[in-house]
Amino acid sequence: MLRMEDVDIAYGRTTVVHGVSIEVPADGVAAVMGHNGAGKTTLLRAAVGLLPARSGRILLDGEDVTALPPNRRVRRGLAYVPQGQQSFGQLTTAENLRVVADGRPRGAALVDEALDLFPALKGLLGRRAGLLSGGQRQQLAIARALITEPRLLILDEPTEGIQPSVVAEIERTILDLTRRGGLSVLLVEQHVGFALDAAGRYYVLAAGRVTAEGSGGTGAATDVRTAMAI
Amino acid sequence: MDVLVTQVFNGLSGGSILLLAALGLALTFGQMGVINMAHGEFIMAGAYTAFVMQQVLGAAGLSLLVSLPMAFLVGGLLGVLLEATLLRRMYHRPLDTLLVTWGVSLILQQLARDVFGTAGVDVPAPGWLSGPVEVLGFSFPRSRLFILALAIAAVVALSLALRLTPLGRRIRATVQNRQLAESSGISTRRTDVLTFFIGSGLAGVAGVVLTLMGSISSNLGTSYIVDAFLVVIVGGIGQIKGAVIAAFVLGTVQSWVEYSTTASIAKVILLALVVAFLQARPQGIFQVRTRSLA
Ligand SMILES: Nc1ncnc2c1ncn2[C@@H]1O[C@H](COP(=O)(O)OP(=O)(O)OP(=O)(O)O)[C@@H](O)[C@H]1O
Ligand SMILES: [Mg+2]
Repeated sequence: MLRMEDVDIAYGRTTVVHGVSIEVPADGVAAVMGHNGAGKTTLLRAAVGLLPARSGRILLDGEDVTALPPNRRVRRGLAYVPQGQQSFGQLTTAENLRVVADGRPRGAALVDEALDLFPALKGLLGRRAGLLSGGQRQQLAIARALITEPRLLILDEPTEGIQPSVVAEIERTILDLTRRGGLSVLLVEQHVGFALDAAGRYYVLAAGRVTAEGSGGTGAATDVRTAMAI
Repeated sequence: MDVLVTQVFNGLSGGSILLLAALGLALTFGQMGVINMAHGEFIMAGAYTAFVMQQVLGAAGLSLLVSLPMAFLVGGLLGVLLEATLLRRMYHRPLDTLLVTWGVSLILQQLARDVFGTAGVDVPAPGWLSGPVEVLGFSFPRSRLFILALAIAAVVALSLALRLTPLGRRIRATVQNRQLAESSGISTRRTDVLTFFIGSGLAGVAGVVLTLMGSISSNLGTSYIVDAFLVVIVGGIGQIKGAVIAAFVLGTVQSWVEYSTTASIAKVILLALVVAFLQARPQGIFQVRTRSLA
């Protein structure tokens, strides 16, 4: 579904991701783990197109999208939930969803479906997103991403800084989505247990380089914890 | 009493002119952060559009009504042209933008002089707009009432469009978080162009209105651009509501100060008041409030 081949990413003159290659299999889940500052968010932003890859290629469904702006990648089936529960704070919850649904033939139905996944949002439709709690805003962010009917969902620490009961709900929704089929997920996650539950493939990033990778299953957790301890 | 009513009316009337001149800037400067010094010349282009329409159509009443949408189109297209050729390369470079658009403004002024001559031209108001309306013994010029009504209509139309239309939602989303908008599938590029079209189109409409105030010439824009920026800054960046209040407050203050001094001293006093106000409240009348930065 998504392949990043030998990608370098830099802020100004400082290269922070060095020659990273990852692959998200069709209908599969790949998790990227690593310590704070390892370059996980940077890698995802390049996958989405918010940062240019200084070298290397990014392929979506086998097509080279390295030069496409983010909105064109979204049109090709990619959706992104950035780190930090971001939303359009001055827009209401309903407007946050509609602004993405506008112009889509099934727009209204897609909004309803997204709300069915996160019923907690139904009572908050008229409230400005900036006034929602962090957990509510994260649910809104995932709902907004799903309205574009993605085939690849990119999630950056979707449960960071959110209270445990809501974390469980968000994790359950993500797992349900991946099991429904037709959706691949690229997940950045500090919570190794959940990441490996969800993911068929994992990568450990340290200082901008892949230091361990493999497929989930027995032994993976030990491998990841060893790689992350270094 | 007479003086009070007249001054209040003058304030509202002056405010409505300021508001029309500033409304487009509230979008392009207030929302997009582009310092477009050529905004004044888009106003001028709107005024000359009214002049040309009157040459072509003759009848003052019809040509005024046709001029309003035409000037919106002319202003809007000039804006899109400027955005697509120059500005798109210099977002986040305010100084470059300022210098380049200043240059464009000088070029447009020269162009206007070449085409329409250096002398001012008149666009006579239609019969139904000349003369005063008598209310309770006070007389108000019809043209001023028309301008006031048009300013209110423009604000209402813009607010509704921003609030209720898909494009309006896209504009607000892009203004608030460009990267999030782009990565949610919104073409921020296209949104920028359309925002610029609307903002510059509103300048064109302001130009038509200014033909009701007197003769027009190539330096029409220069006399309004500074005031228009003041309105947007005092109103608070990114707030249409703030621009509305700022325009009427500045219009009222100006009319009172002008009443007790002269026009040029009034300008100085007004500027001093604005500077003092911004010292006390740098964010303007309104600021964006949210629970988080997002
Ligand atoms: N805009 C920026 N300009 C310069 N350096 C940056 C910028 N954003 C991030 N960095 C640097 O790039 C490196 C990787 O940052 P990144 O945000 O990708 O880390 P991360 O793995 O997502 O960390 P976290 O787990 O804390 O989210 C860090 O050293 C960071 O300081
Ligand atoms: Mg991060």
